[in-house]
Amino acid sequence: MSNFRSIKDRLAGKWMFGLTFFSCLILFLMIFGLFQRSRPILEVKPLSELLFSTSWHPLKGEFGFLPFIMGTLWVTGVAVFIAVPLCLLSAVFLSEYAPSKIRDLASPLIDLLAGIPSVIYGIWGILVIVPFIKNVLAPSFGVFSTGYSVLAGGIVLAIMIFPVIIHVTVEVLKTVPYEVREASLALGATKWQTIKHVVLRKAMPGVIAAIVLGFSRAFGETMAVLMVAGNVARLPSSVFDPSYPLPALIANNYGEMLSVPLYDSALLLASLILLVIVLIFNILSRFILIRVERKTR
Amino acid sequence: MDRRKIEESIFKCLMVIATLTILSILILIVATVVIKGLPAMNLSMITQTPKGGFYLGKEGGILNAILGSLYLAGGATFLTIFISLPIVLYMNVYAKRNSFFLTFTRFSFDVMWGVPSIVYGAFGFTIMLTLGLRASLLGGIIAVSFLVLPVMSRSMDEVVRMVPAELLEASYALGATRLETAFKVVVKQALPGILTAVLIAFGRGIGDAASVIFTAGFTDYIPYSLFRPAATLPLAIFFQLGTPFPEVQERAYASALILTMIILIICIASRILTKRFTKHVIK
Repeated sequence: MSNFRSIKDRLAGKWMFGLTFFSCLILFLMIFGLFQRSRPILEVKPLSELLFSTSWHPLKGEFGFLPFIMGTLWVTGVAVFIAVPLCLLSAVFLSEYAPSKIRDLASPLIDLLAGIPSVIYGIWGILVIVPFIKNVLAPSFGVFSTGYSVLAGGIVLAIMIFPVIIHVTVEVLKTVPYEVREASLALGATKWQTIKHVVLRKAMPGVIAAIVLGFSRAFGETMAVLMVAGNVARLPSSVFDPSYPLPALIANNYGEMLSVPLYDSALLLASLILLVIVLIFNILSRFILIRVERKTR
Repeated sequence: MDRRKIEESIFKCLMVIATLTILSILILIVATVVIKGLPAMNLSMITQTPKGGFYLGKEGGILNAILGSLYLAGGATFLTIFISLPIVLYMNVYAKRNSFFLTFTRFSFDVMWGVPSIVYGAFGFTIMLTLGLRASLLGGIIAVSFLVLPVMSRSMDEVVRMVPAELLEASYALGATRLETAFKVVVKQALPGILTAVLIAFGRGIGDAASVIFTAGFTDYIPYSLFRPAATLPLAIFFQLGTPFPEVQERAYASALILTMIILIICIASRILTKRFTKHVIK
């Protein structure tokens, strides 16, 4: 009887190990699977032409991803530019200044912000941000804009990456040892000087990791951007121009992709590019975060 | 001396403004959805499937999308529990603490959490091409399972990790095997956290549109088989909003209200669960 129990224990252990091992492999499986499917187009066209050509005419067999890659970079850049100062200020406030009551009130709300589906952000963008840009912001800069623009995508994305950046930054600020702050305060520095010169300097790698995480979250976000960014396959030249980010391209064309030759292959290559870029940013920032965590132990 | 104080108060002021801005945006989003959605809301929205000409503004509802989303997210979450729970128990009961393999597993789950959902959709699509599946409820479930696996595993791991090692040792000392310890002690101890992780995963699954756009397709009917296409709420919202008719766009707002309500209920339920199921937890 006891033998049976120990056999069961060992068998279950093997099976659980197998599951764990397999799920570690999923990432490699994804890269492999997408690469396999995008090979047809890579055999016909050189990668440099696909990445740096601006002509996108699937029916003529021309697949240049540059407008979409630039579209993604513009939108993501604007998002990070808006989100970083707001998030850092509020993360420092929540972790250093705020009384615990406010902290307990704010953290579930920020969790909720993270839980709202991207379609809802998209609707909100269409209802609030797009008209605001069209009627108020663009005219005050003396330009015409439909509102569906890089800026609209950037603002909506910025809001979507607030929770990631705030959450990770607060965690990182928590790892700064209390003794360091006390030493600084004992030397006569004010609380803000301590934060500026000691806490933030010590937490800098982690803060950068938080920003990179936010950046990569914004990079791959699809539905909200698809709804507000305008989707015109041209290189944007100002924030009031429409853009066509890479994820939006993939999501928008799933319907016709099986009827045009090489189209499905091109779209799966696009998602492979997206995956690889996001992986690089994610791996970088996770490495930094693991090192930050190690140091504090 | 004065200058330092002034600088401090300026920055403190900025911080309060930044935090208030972020929180008020959240309130603004929920308020916009409620204000726009409530007038368009009616009973037939949630009790009927789309009738002919629904997307031209004729009658009908989005029952197909509500049920489709529930089936899809529910199926994927259910499936993922049977993968996540063993993984998390392996990591925290069987595996050596602080081994390289553990660090690597956590690392790869963290990285997978950051992979955009559209990529999971594309990957699910390649799997379906390989298996010869068409856009169907099953395809959607596969893609969403991949999407929620890292979310559920990492959230569970965070709570199971908190189970004190002494508790495991006490169980071993009584002669229990690791398997028995895992399911009878660890799971019981971490149950509230595990349920919360399941709910978080469900919320992520039900709100995601990009991963199902390739894989689950869209239909006006309630899915009755795994091999049929299934409508989902986010996609229903997206399509309704894409039509040029104001009546249909109004419905998109109402659908958005329904989706937001589901997310809010999940959020509140997970908080209540955490409070209520703590009776077995040894502190």
